[in-house]
Amino acid sequence: MSKEYFLQGNEAYAKGALKAGCKFFAGYPITPSTEIAEDMARDLPKNGGVFIQMEDEIASIGAIIGASWGGSKTMTATSGPGFSLMQEGIGYAAMTETPLVIINIQRGSPSTGQPTMASQSDVMQARWGSHGDYEIIVLSPSSVQECFDFTVKSFNLSEKYRVPVIVLGDEIVAHMREKIVIPDNVEIIPRKMPKESPEEFLLCKADENSTPNMPVFAEGYNVHVTGLTHDERGYPDTNNPQEHAKLVSRLCNKILKNREDITSTDSYKCEDAEIVLISYGAPSRSVITAVKNARNEGIKAGFLKLNTIWPFPDEEVKKLAKSADNIIMVEMNLGQLVNEVKRVAQGDAKVSLFGKIGGEIHKPLEILSFIKKVQGGN
Amino acid sequence: MSSENPYIKYLREDRLPHIFCPGCGNGIVLNTFFKGMEKAEIGLDDVSLVSGIGCSSRIPGYVKCDSLHTTHGRPISFATGLKLANPERNVIVFSGDGDSASIGGNHLIHAARKNIDLTVICINNNIYGMTGGQISPTSPKGSFGTTAPYGSFEKSFQLSELVAASGASYVARYTTAHALMLTFAIESALKTKGFSFIEVVAQCPTYYGRKNKIKQPTDMLIWLKDNSIFKMQADNMEPKEKEGKIIIGEITKQPHEEYSEEIYKLIEKQYGDKPNVFKSAYRG
Amino acid sequence: MRTEMRIAGFGGQGIILAGIVIGKAAALYDNIYAVQTQSYGPEARGGASRTELVISDEEIDYPKVQNPDILVAMSHEAMMAYLHDLKDNGILIVDPDMINEEEILPFIKEHNIKYYHAPATKTANEKIGLPIVANIVMLGSITEITKIISADAVIKSIKDSVPKGTEDKNLLAFEAGRKIVQ
Repeated sequence: MSKEYFLQGNEAYAKGALKAGCKFFAGYPITPSTEIAEDMARDLPKNGGVFIQMEDEIASIGAIIGASWGGSKTMTATSGPGFSLMQEGIGYAAMTETPLVIINIQRGSPSTGQPTMASQSDVMQARWGSHGDYEIIVLSPSSVQECFDFTVKSFNLSEKYRVPVIVLGDEIVAHMREKIVIPDNVEIIPRKMPKESPEEFLLCKADENSTPNMPVFAEGYNVHVTGLTHDERGYPDTNNPQEHAKLVSRLCNKILKNREDITSTDSYKCEDAEIVLISYGAPSRSVITAVKNARNEGIKAGFLKLNTIWPFPDEEVKKLAKSADNIIMVEMNLGQLVNEVKRVAQGDAKVSLFGKIGGEIHKPLEILSFIKKVQGGN
Repeated sequence: MSSENPYIKYLREDRLPHIFCPGCGNGIVLNTFFKGMEKAEIGLDDVSLVSGIGCSSRIPGYVKCDSLHTTHGRPISFATGLKLANPERNVIVFSGDGDSASIGGNHLIHAARKNIDLTVICINNNIYGMTGGQISPTSPKGSFGTTAPYGSFEKSFQLSELVAASGASYVARYTTAHALMLTFAIESALKTKGFSFIEVVAQCPTYYGRKNKIKQPTDMLIWLKDNSIFKMQADNMEPKEKEGKIIIGEITKQPHEEYSEEIYKLIEKQYGDKPNVFKSAYRG
Repeated sequence: MRTEMRIAGFGGQGIILAGIVIGKAAALYDNIYAVQTQSYGPEARGGASRTELVISDEEIDYPKVQNPDILVAMSHEAMMAYLHDLKDNGILIVDPDMINEEEILPFIKEHNIKYYHAPATKTANEKIGLPIVANIVMLGSITEITKIISADAVIKSIKDSVPKGTEDKNLLAFEAGRKIVQ
């Protein structure tokens, strides 16, 4: 069974979190993500969960990390300026393998920028925002339905890989309303308790490239969780080069070596496409119209929509680079994810960027003109 | 061996020796903490420790219980989440003057305002020890540090009074030279439902002592003792007489509505049943 | 077919709710497609407010309104701000008591605009006795004039969008709005 609603993206994020079993939300008001906190404040208590408004975004991510070790699925939501403040917490969560979900509704940036307008300019920050080598999972929804679906998926990926997962939304999808279908039941990946007894258990013992099970505080495991480089026991071991290399490599490889399981893309008319457009989030919607129009005019255009942007779906893009002559990256920034496309395409296809900033989504006609320009060799 | 510390049973022996300098005040605080805990009839099994960054924040790593060694200045926010996921737990934060008075000052006053049931033990040694002797927000005016080579001209924070004014249920300040009183204060703090704050003014012979010409740990303890006045005395003194003194005693004791209890009541009302946060992530 | 609509007025007139009700009517009860967006300026109450809808029998990709087929103006300021985006042969519905018509008559003629009066504010005041339902009166007029959504669907949508206990008054307002343009 399922139920239909006419909702804003931000409302769908909150519904997705609740459906996925989120029982703890800590946040701080910020446009254009505030509706998520407001919905969680209203609905979490009704679902037996805790909502707390913290003094800032640093405290918000701290609180959800703490609550995650208290055994609950946790989430926060924010926008650019708050996301900047959360970076130290994201690094800590990556280092300590703490599952949590962050929704970042991108607005015009840098700095305070355009609070009520959209952008996709936090793409690299989502990937590299905290200091150090780490891997993270980032999903980008382009419809209200995907706001719900991707939030559920984020919780599952976060539990499976014990990693912070970021849903990188944008103001356009966050604030538009459309129909969504919410099923009664969704697939839920629960956290796994360690198999060993507390006496035998070692907090960070894991095979290469894998994710250890996660104990909960207060059950006798007596774990020490630290952001310092730590050994298998979880104890600080900061001057041992091998220990550091082993830990950080595993944290990265548990994501990178499972790229296929984690990443997701949708393709449209790519099979025979000479020009492939790649996009994610709100601009995807303009791209699909533009590609349909191009096809109507006899241009062999195709579209690859990236549902996961980090880890970057190398294989899918590589395949298209081999089959198409041109790739056009459409994103609401001055060129961020396009560099990943260039890295992967490596001379197999010519890569151009159609970036746009200012707060408005690309118009389908603008994209069609760009396609024609690229087709005509500029 | 009869000379074995009675509290060694609470420590992760596989992590010893610890990193603290000879003469550091952290050992005294840890001993008084264990004693206060026993007096409050709380077992280590009922305790989770949380800390930030700095010398004092290394304490939880040596204690045989669940502990979260977090980022600089943020332990109280992490502890807030941990407490609200499982309010049955005694969540205790070990912090220092840099951690909670400087970088984490905002979290400290807001947790006190919310009156959430945490016990924060702030070891105030008036200096940044881990990074090698820089002045902190509690460094006395005129004291020296590597970042105040000509002496600090800043006014220092009266940390306990700040936390009391912010709304904490229980606040006490003692020094490492007042171990017994400190024990009783920790006992009271642990028994208090609400935000409790224990400020322990402590010696850092390695940095504060060397920079300020009190090199021997014992001399520092004597200095702490001689420089302390009881709150009851201080209340009847002129501000000028109190300048540079450490006011010890219970700064506030006013239990009132506690955050985790209130929020769980609210949830129970809205949900119609007991909240189900703790370990909920493990359910399918 | 894709239809774009913009409803504009000032904050406090219930403009946004009107947009939501139409979107919901289309998407949930008429089983066609709808995307609703709205202005998110830093404007305070009393400032400009607008909502936009794309309604289509096909899936909607591009979600924004560019050149509306239908403009509904509940204030003079809003009408003047958005009139020039209106498509040739488009529909303009105004609350005549809230605007100064003189200024727009040449435009209407030049661009062959289908022009309708829907005295929503006056009707809400006089017929329902509740100025606050002017937006729902306007919904009745929009439904009757444009026919892009069915009256049945709008009625269902009103019922689950307005505060509990106010359904009857709102439905009266909706019917009154239909009547004033029949």
